[in-house]
Amino acid sequence: MSLSIRFNHIIKEFGPVRVLHGVDFALEPGRVVGLLGENGAGKSTLMKILAGYERPTGGQLVVDGVERQFADARDAEALGIALIHQEFNLAEHLTVAQNIFLGHEKKRGWLLDRRAMAREAAACLEQVGLAVDPDIRVSELIVAEKQLVEIAKALSRNARVLIMDEPTASLSPGETKKLFELMARLKRQGVTIVYISHKLDEMEAHTDEVVVMRDGKFVTRANTADVDRHQMANLMVGRDVSDMFQPKAPPAPDAPVLLRVQGLRVPGWIEDLGFEVRAGEVLGFAGLVGAGRTEAFEAIIGLRARSRGSIEIAGQALDIRSPRDAMRHGLTYLSEDRKGKGLHLDLGLRENLTMMTLERDARPWLDLKGGSQALERAIADFGIRLRDPGCAARSLSGGNQQKLALAKYLRPDPRVIVLDEPTRGVDVGAKRDIYALIHRLAAEGRAVVVISSELIELIGLSHRVAVLHGGRLQAVLDADQLTEENLIAHATDTHHTKH
Amino acid sequence: MQPTPTTPSTEPASKPGPKPAAIPGLAHLKAAGPLIALILLCIAGAFLNPDFATVDNLMNVLTRTAFIGIIAVGMTFVIVSGGIDLSVGSMAALIAGAMIVAMNALVAGANPPGPVGIVAAGIALALVFGAAFGTAHGLLITRGRIEPFIVTLGTLGIFRAMLTWLSDGGALTLDFNLAETYSPVYYQNLLGVPVPVWVFALVAIAGTVILNRTAYGQHVQAIGSSEQVARYAAIRVDRAKVLTYLLLGVCVAIATILYVPRLGSATPTTGILWELEAIAAVVVGGTSLRGGAGRIMGTVVGAILLSVIGNILNLTSIISVHLNPAVQGVVIIVVAYLQRGRR
Repeated sequence: MSLSIRFNHIIKEFGPVRVLHGVDFALEPGRVVGLLGENGAGKSTLMKILAGYERPTGGQLVVDGVERQFADARDAEALGIALIHQEFNLAEHLTVAQNIFLGHEKKRGWLLDRRAMAREAAACLEQVGLAVDPDIRVSELIVAEKQLVEIAKALSRNARVLIMDEPTASLSPGETKKLFELMARLKRQGVTIVYISHKLDEMEAHTDEVVVMRDGKFVTRANTADVDRHQMANLMVGRDVSDMFQPKAPPAPDAPVLLRVQGLRVPGWIEDLGFEVRAGEVLGFAGLVGAGRTEAFEAIIGLRARSRGSIEIAGQALDIRSPRDAMRHGLTYLSEDRKGKGLHLDLGLRENLTMMTLERDARPWLDLKGGSQALERAIADFGIRLRDPGCAARSLSGGNQQKLALAKYLRPDPRVIVLDEPTRGVDVGAKRDIYALIHRLAAEGRAVVVISSELIELIGLSHRVAVLHGGRLQAVLDADQLTEENLIAHATDTHHTKH
Repeated sequence: MQPTPTTPSTEPASKPGPKPAAIPGLAHLKAAGPLIALILLCIAGAFLNPDFATVDNLMNVLTRTAFIGIIAVGMTFVIVSGGIDLSVGSMAALIAGAMIVAMNALVAGANPPGPVGIVAAGIALALVFGAAFGTAHGLLITRGRIEPFIVTLGTLGIFRAMLTWLSDGGALTLDFNLAETYSPVYYQNLLGVPVPVWVFALVAIAGTVILNRTAYGQHVQAIGSSEQVARYAAIRVDRAKVLTYLLLGVCVAIATILYVPRLGSATPTTGILWELEAIAAVVVGGTSLRGGAGRIMGTVVGAILLSVIGNILNLTSIISVHLNPAVQGVVIIVVAYLQRGRR
């Protein structure tokens, strides 16, 4: 039995913000459908609606010809629709079998029927090709195995539609290959698979059809056989890439090296990382989730233990032990986790903006008036849109929060600024503003490091891109080598040079 | 390759949050809540007993408030930074005991200095002890990475037991002549206001300025609001946290210095339940136990409010004086209930 799904003018609003603007399309049963779109295009929100995690504000979700309104994920699951999260929904301390039957435990009378559950769990695990003992704890499994447990869990509940959000993001090439074999097998059994990924080569090789979303709308669909990955990229972005990015002015030939890192070792994350960034240069950092990019820079600013490595800022060898040391020597790092590490959401805008420079500006009492003036300037300079300058940072939208965070981390006037996923969760307009800001920072003679998982962004912004894989530097690509294929090949360690 | 954001993709000027700052009057009302409660309580007290609204009684209440109030000012820093200190009552008792033992020893020693010198030495010792205990708390919490609740629960027991051991279960009494010399620190009036009230006022003003007008005070609030964000923003989180416990230790020492001349003795019951009163004063004053924001003046009002309740119970026979801590317990729970979901 297969399920057919139809989205009928689905609208989703979070407060006053419309995220989905009436999405219409259908999923035919028993196919592998690739869902394409940039961050913020609304793919995940739509899939959460399909899997019962979110409720649409308007429109209908039609399953096998019947309009459905799911109260929660259990309702969707009962119909055979399951979403495999990027962050797995597994209880680490329970066993594989316990996880598979969590909330659906088999019982004999009042007691659990462990034997029946172990037997069925083993059958499900065999179906996904995972050879582990159902009685070991999930915490002992590696990422790829956990993902298979998630899929086994969905299958044990008779999933007919399987939604996979970036399933290969943290898998090795071998594991990825196995996952695609499993997907093909499931498809033959009539399971519909919705596959979300940024990896266009995987889309090309393993989907029957691609559906493209942009800015909360359905854009187009095509048989995978009829489009190549360049067309996919164009459909996703929907505009000329040159629209978003200004031409890159190369750094002056005699521009000094502002940040030089050599032989950096971060236990458990990074082995022997070395790179340098010059004044006026944007150095991109590419890599998969878990490649160690964030960890490398957290170690450089003294938030993580380094066991080896030297760091020089503007030619001066330094022993940086804390973010304060780093800041005093002209290096700041803006975290990818804006809400958890970048901004105090409960504090006001002025407090956030001036947080890093309080001591510098205090004489010895706080300079509240100077802070308020600085906020006015930042609102103008960074194009922060708000209703009330006295509000808490929480009430700003994602893009405006990010602009505030950028203003905060630029306030100490760093010579080297590291931006980790600077456009995560911001809309296209704010993105363009942030790109322009990055160009400007480089033009001012600062060294800029951009860590990003969006290849288009790295290619559009960077003079050079360093690619990490499994904690090791795979390559540093110059501007003329910057293609998505090249970056992906290095990031996944599938690049084989001829020499 | 990266989690797709759940953040909305379109960009409005700003989201009107579920709790808009649109009703500033309400926020002011909440901030003034403890003060209004205090005024109402005073009016009620004046009606219940004519002795309540006298200058003598007012000074009496404020003098009694000074001990808890000074400790509560230090406690505000600790709680705003997201910590807690349960040991303050035991710490006060131990510092009192140590002061008395040391001062008596100086009197009994060969070539004793004059009584003023001995009292000054006792005061200095109290401050050193307070700072040392506070620093020890701070280091155990930051370097040792132990929950503040556990560290100070442990020292609550240790300090109290040390005093009981020092006093052999009885009372430690200050030498009679020294007590004479020392007593003005508690009993003297300056411009009609008792010394402890002056000290309380100075500590409160200093606390307000430090918390609201210095970089350090902002850092304390930032750490309480989110320690992670503060760490990434190049704030020396551990140093700031140790300093909050050090400040509190010094406040406990100041309170003890004012308290010792009152009775001239320390017993195993000295300072019992002071932690309850100090934390209650902070919470009643509008500081959230989750940390992040607080007002010293709120704490001062909270401390006075609690002792006015005790004073009214003393002057009237509505309920037994022995139930005073129960009333404080009820007040702290009611205020915490009223503060729910304020953030």
